[in-house]
Amino acid sequence: MNKDITSALRPAIVMTLLFAALLGIAYPFAMTGLGQLLFPTQANGSLIRDRAGTVIGSSVVGQAFASDRYFRTRPSAAGKGYDGLASSGSNLGPASQALVDRVKADVTAQRAAGVAAPLPADLVTASGSGLDPDLSPAAALTQAPRIAKVRGLSEPAVRALVARHTETSLLGDPHVNVLALNRALDQLGR
Amino acid sequence: MTFAGWALILGFTAILLLLTKPVGAWLFALYEGRRTPLHLVLGPVERGFYKLAGIDPDAEQSWRRYALHMLLFNFVLMAFTYAVLRLQGVLPGNPQGLAGLSPHLAFNTAVSFTTNTNWQSYGGESTMSNLSQMLGLTIHNFLSAATGIALAFALFRGFARRSTATIGNFWADATRVTLYLLLPACILYTLFLIASGVPQTMAGVVDVTTLEGAKQSLLLGPVASQEAIKMLGTNGGGFFNANSAHPFENPTALTNLVQMLSIFVVGFGLTWTFGKAVGNTRQGWAILSAMVILFLAGVTVTYWQEAAGNPVLHGLGVAGGNMEGKEVRFGIAASALFSVVTTAASCGAVNAMHDSFTALGGMIPLFNMQLGEVVIGGVGAGIYGFLLFAILAVFVAGLMVGRTPEYVGKKIEAREVKLAVLAIAVLPLMILGLAALSSVLEQGLAGPLNKGPHGFSEILYAFTSAVANNGSAFAGLTANTPYYNGLLGVAMWVGRFFIIVPMLAIAGSLASKKYVPESAGSFPTTGPLWVGLLVGIVLILGGLTFLPSLALGPIADHLAMIRGQLS
Repeated sequence: MNKDITSALRPAIVMTLLFAALLGIAYPFAMTGLGQLLFPTQANGSLIRDRAGTVIGSSVVGQAFASDRYFRTRPSAAGKGYDGLASSGSNLGPASQALVDRVKADVTAQRAAGVAAPLPADLVTASGSGLDPDLSPAAALTQAPRIAKVRGLSEPAVRALVARHTETSLLGDPHVNVLALNRALDQLGR
Repeated sequence: MTFAGWALILGFTAILLLLTKPVGAWLFALYEGRRTPLHLVLGPVERGFYKLAGIDPDAEQSWRRYALHMLLFNFVLMAFTYAVLRLQGVLPGNPQGLAGLSPHLAFNTAVSFTTNTNWQSYGGESTMSNLSQMLGLTIHNFLSAATGIALAFALFRGFARRSTATIGNFWADATRVTLYLLLPACILYTLFLIASGVPQTMAGVVDVTTLEGAKQSLLLGPVASQEAIKMLGTNGGGFFNANSAHPFENPTALTNLVQMLSIFVVGFGLTWTFGKAVGNTRQGWAILSAMVILFLAGVTVTYWQEAAGNPVLHGLGVAGGNMEGKEVRFGIAASALFSVVTTAASCGAVNAMHDSFTALGGMIPLFNMQLGEVVIGGVGAGIYGFLLFAILAVFVAGLMVGRTPEYVGKKIEAREVKLAVLAIAVLPLMILGLAALSSVLEQGLAGPLNKGPHGFSEILYAFTSAVANNGSAFAGLTANTPYYNGLLGVAMWVGRFFIIVPMLAIAGSLASKKYVPESAGSFPTTGPLWVGLLVGIVLILGGLTFLPSLALGPIADHLAMIRGQLS
C-alpha cells in the first residue's frame, strides 16, 4: 500500500500543476484576450459615459436614485444600498419581524406620496443582488404622476416613456431598466 | 402562476430531453476512450500531460487503486488551493490589494471547491483576488466536475464489464473529460456570456459617478471564464457574493435560461451514457424518467408557493408573488425554476435568495438536497447516487415478490446492498447530527440571522447543503466563524468521499461478477412500474428520515407565516 501511495504521488502533484497552468492561467487569460478583442464593451462592464467621458454607470447594474426627479430603484440590501462591492439580498425570512417593519415603512411612504394600494411587489422588496437594474413596468408607472409633476411633464408622456423602455422576454418578466429610463427622462428636459 | 411561466418550465425540460442523446453519445465516446475530432488539437496536450506525469492511460486499475489515485489527486489539489488562498496577499493578480484568508476560511473554501460543493463562507468581491478566483477556484470547478464524471464512468464499467478486476484508469477518465468536454464547451460558453454582458478582464474596481452624482464602485474581473464552468460543472461558487443574482454574473433572462440548461445538461446526458454502456438505452431513459418526475413535482410546489406570495406582505397592501430576494428581469417563474434546478443538481448557484423564499417554496430546495441530489444531480455524482438507490430498489422489489435481485445483467447481493446503505446513510447521519449539535451549542446558535423556526431552517440548510455538496445557502447564516467553517468543511469532505469510496467498492464488486441474462424471473427495470418504484424508493429511503426536521423548520415557518405570527 505504501508503494502504491508513493507511485500515485507523482501523477497527483504533476497533474495538479499542469492543470493549474492550463485551467487557472491559460484558459482565463485566453478568454480575457478573446473577450477584449471581440466584445470590448461588455468585457469591461458595459460602462456608460457622459459627454465629458465620466463613467456614470453600467447598463446592466442598478444604482440608487433618491431624488423626486428620477424613477427610484428597488430597496437594496447591498451595503448601504447599491454598493457594487457588497452585493447581497436581505436574507430575511417570510415571517420575519424585520422584513415586515421594513416593508411597512416603505408602504407608508408610498401611501403618503399618493400611490394607491395594492403596490407592485418589487417596489417594496429588496432584490437578490441588491444591484437590480430594473423595475417592473407596474412599479415604474406608480411613479409617473410624481415625475410628471416635478418635471412639469404630462403624465401620458411619462407613461409613454416607460412603455418605450419596457423590455419583454419569453424567458423572464417584463422589466424597465431604470438608469436608461432616467437618462431618457433627462433628455426630455426639465 | 402564469401560462408564460409554465411554458418556460416545460420548454426548458423539453430542450434538455432533446439534448440528452447527443450529449450522452459524446460522453459515451469519452467513456470508451474513442477518438473525437477535438483530438486533432488537444490530443498532443493529453499525451504531453501523461508523459510529464508518468501516467500510462491504458493501465487498468482495480477499484482500490482507482480510489487511491482519485483521493490523492483531490488531496493535493485541496492543499494547492489552501496555499494559494493563504498566500493571496503576497501573490500577484490582486488589484484590490486583499489580504490572505484566515486559516479556517481557507480550509473551508479549499474543501468546498475540491468537493464540488462551492459553499462560500465569504463574499467574493470583498475576499478573493483575481488570481485566487482563477488559480485557486476555477481549476476546481473543472477538476471536481471531471472527477465526478470519471467516478460515474467507473461505476458504469462495474455494471458493463464481466468477470474482471478492473474499472478503468482514473487519470485517463478525468483528463479526457476535462479536455474534450468541459474545456471546449466552456470556451464557447464564456464567449456567449461576455457577449451578453458578463465582464472578462484582469482589471479591478471601476469608480462610477451616478446620474445623481453619488459614488458607486463596481468590481470587474475574469468573471465569464469562471461563470461558464461554475454552471456546466455544477459547482455553483460565484465570483460575487450574490452569485447568479448579480447582474454581472447573469445579466439577462437569456443568460439565465442558458445557465439553468448548463446545470442539467451533463446530468441528463449521463443517463443516456449509462444506458448505452450497459447495452440498453431504455435503462437510461427509465432512470431519467424517474428523475424528471421528481424534478417537475418540486418545481410545481416552489413555483406555486412563490407565485402565491407572502400573506404577511399581502396584509400590508402589497400585491403579487414573493419578490423579496428576487430580480425583476427573471421574475417569479425563472427564479423558482432556477432554485429547484440548482438544488436538484449539486450546483448551488442561486439567482434569487432562497432564505427569503416562502417557507414551503424554500423547503423544496432543502428537500432536493436531502434526497441526496439524485434528481438529475451533480455531474457524475447524480447518476452514481441514483444508481445506489436503483440497487436498493431492485433489492426491495426482490423482497416483495420473492425474486433474486438483478440489475442490468448483474446479480445484486448482500455486499452491494450493504455498501449502498452505508453510502446513503452518510447523509442523514451527518446532516441531522450536525444540525442538531449546532442547534444547542452557543457557537451554532450565534449563526442564524432570522429568529424562530426560520433560524433553525438556516442551520439545517447549511449542513444539508454541505453534506450533499450543493453549496447554496440560506445566506442569512453567518458562517465565516471557526466553528461553522471547520464543521462545514468536515461535513463537505465526508459527504463527498464517504459516499464515493463505498460506491467504488460496489463498482469493483460488480465488475468481478458474471453476466446474468434476463430471464422470466427478472424484475423488468425499464417500464413504468420500475420508474414508479424508483420514485418511491428515493422518496421513502431518501426523504422520510428528514421529515421531522422539516416539520421543525420550514413547515413550522409556513404555519407562522399564514397565521401572521412574526419572529
